[in-house]
Amino acid sequence: MSRAVEESNRAMLRARDAMDRAYAEPLDVPALARIAHVSAAHFIRTFRATFGETPHRYLQRRRVERAMYLLVQTDHPVTEICHLVGFGSLGTFSRTFHGIVGESPSTYRRRRAAAVAVPSCFTKAWMRPSGAAG
Amino acid sequence: MTMTSISRSQIYVLDQDEALDFYVGKLGLEVNTDQDLGFMRWLTVNVPGDPEHEILLEKPGPPALDPATAERVRELLTKGAMSGWLCLTTDDARKAHEDLVAKGVDITDEPTERPYGIDFGIRDPFGNRIRIGQMHPRA
Repeated sequence: MSRAVEESNRAMLRARDAMDRAYAEPLDVPALARIAHVSAAHFIRTFRATFGETPHRYLQRRRVERAMYLLVQTDHPVTEICHLVGFGSLGTFSRTFHGIVGESPSTYRRRRAAAVAVPSCFTKAWMRPSGAAG
Repeated sequence: MTMTSISRSQIYVLDQDEALDFYVGKLGLEVNTDQDLGFMRWLTVNVPGDPEHEILLEKPGPPALDPATAERVRELLTKGAMSGWLCLTTDDARKAHEDLVAKGVDITDEPTERPYGIDFGIRDPFGNRIRIGQMHPRA
């Protein structure tokens, strides 16, 4: 039994790693489920049981976290950042960002000072916002 | 009192033979010590030419951990929550990345220019995080 849990955990982690790595690409549940070698329905259920949120919500928060990073660290326009982190439309991006962060991308950018440079696996792990999903 | 070095560190692995295959066969580390002490297999590796800094590849289990705790550790490890983390340096991060992709290693973060150098992330077969960087000289 425990071996099955370990194998399932590792497969879910592989799919989560894919979201962390390829968030800018048009990832969808079927593609992620293939990485984890399970059906789409099983993938959503198991991912949620393993990490406490759905894959869709995980990916949204990853994309918003990357957008937060780019807003602070670069001078790219908001529209460009929206596409760089994998959102298909500015409307969806703005709505999702506001729903999770509680303020608009441009307000966030103005408010935040530059952050100290630490390895990005830490900033990605710790700065993915946990607020209400959009 | 002055500490002089981090000489040995430890990460958990689920299977020591598989760990050897990954850390030595794929990452190119060297076996430092592989000895069956009876109560445990003492397995350490090091970066080639740097035997003063060993990494212990320890298998969680009884009697060091009770079976239920060991099972929790294995579950946390496989979901990437066990906190095992290694940071290795290389002279060519992009080449190292290319080599590891060819060997089928799980890439978690593509090579990126950072203020401290160029680095990328990989995941070992068990769930530990490894960072490989081509670092700028420290100021």
